[in-house]
Amino acid sequence: MTQIDPVTLWTVIIGLGLGSFGLRFVFTGIVGNRAMPEWVLRHLRYTAVAILPGLVAPAIMWPAATGGTPDAPRIIAAIVTVTVGYVWKNVLAAIFCGAASLYGAIYLLG
Amino acid sequence: MTTTTRKTYWHGVRDGMPFLLVIVPFGLLFGVVATEAGLSVLETLSFSIVVIAGAAQFTAVQLLSENAPTAIILASSLAVNLRMAMYSASLTPHIGGAPLWQRALVAYFTVDQSYACSIMAFEKNPTWTIPQKIAYFFGVVSPVCPLWYIATLAGALLGSAIPPAFALDFAVPITFLALIAPMLHTTAHRAAALASVVLALTFAFLPYNTGLLVAGLGAMIIGAQVELWTTRQKDLA
Repeated sequence: MTQIDPVTLWTVIIGLGLGSFGLRFVFTGIVGNRAMPEWVLRHLRYTAVAILPGLVAPAIMWPAATGGTPDAPRIIAAIVTVTVGYVWKNVLAAIFCGAASLYGAIYLLG
Repeated sequence: MTTTTRKTYWHGVRDGMPFLLVIVPFGLLFGVVATEAGLSVLETLSFSIVVIAGAAQFTAVQLLSENAPTAIILASSLAVNLRMAMYSASLTPHIGGAPLWQRALVAYFTVDQSYACSIMAFEKNPTWTIPQKIAYFFGVVSPVCPLWYIATLAGALLGSAIPPAFALDFAVPITFLALIAPMLHTTAHRAAALASVVLALTFAFLPYNTGLLVAGLGAMIIGAQVELWTTRQKDLA
């Protein structure tokens, strides 16, 4: 793994800290009691489901640990995690089953 | 603290306690993953204290380990945190009248758990005064946020001791999939998530991880459009 540059790292930590504070403070602190337009709220509702799947999809299909070749244990673990999380609506159960299936599949399939 | 604010404060503490079951393992995991990515214990703990937002922190660490450019890391992680602006907007009618320094502290401690508890409690108890509401908010925060820091620190100390054979590269994808799956409760959410995956894989060839921003923006628009379409269908029925 390549070393993370400390300047980049601290820029990210401080920038993300200030930016996150800004997002949290923008209405309570500055805007006051004005309502946000409905179309803005409608897009904000989907930010998490729009970014997070896209972030992990390449890591699942082309994992760095295998040099970018798709491998069965990681795809199986991803399917198990999503299925458990979707059916039981329980984040910890999904993480646990996903990790268990990853290790199980690595052990069985090599 | 007066008697009435003390009562709502402890009410908040009680409501915040169950979240420790989520916060502690999640914080531990962040500590482990961040140190595995090459961050020092101090850097890992600073992340949790300065940023105090799990999903955004995981996003930043994942992109840092892929050597993405700083601007892309910031844009992607802040996009994950856009929901905080929504929380801020919805808390404003309740606590907008509090002194500025209190609103600034509330802003720093606005996380999924403190927001979710507070908005439900405020709507259930419309007679609460602003100081009572602020006391309740900090009641929820009292167990949740310090444990987030402590769990991160414990994970960071632990992480440096875990050998790489444990396939921890996959801890971040599994955690995110586990977080996303329970959110897929409407057609619009499912459409947005699917669009995000398809667009991210399609535009993975773009330089500097900009494909993720394209995917995020496209998926947000698709989510909003599908929501409009499904509400129209319901109105017609």
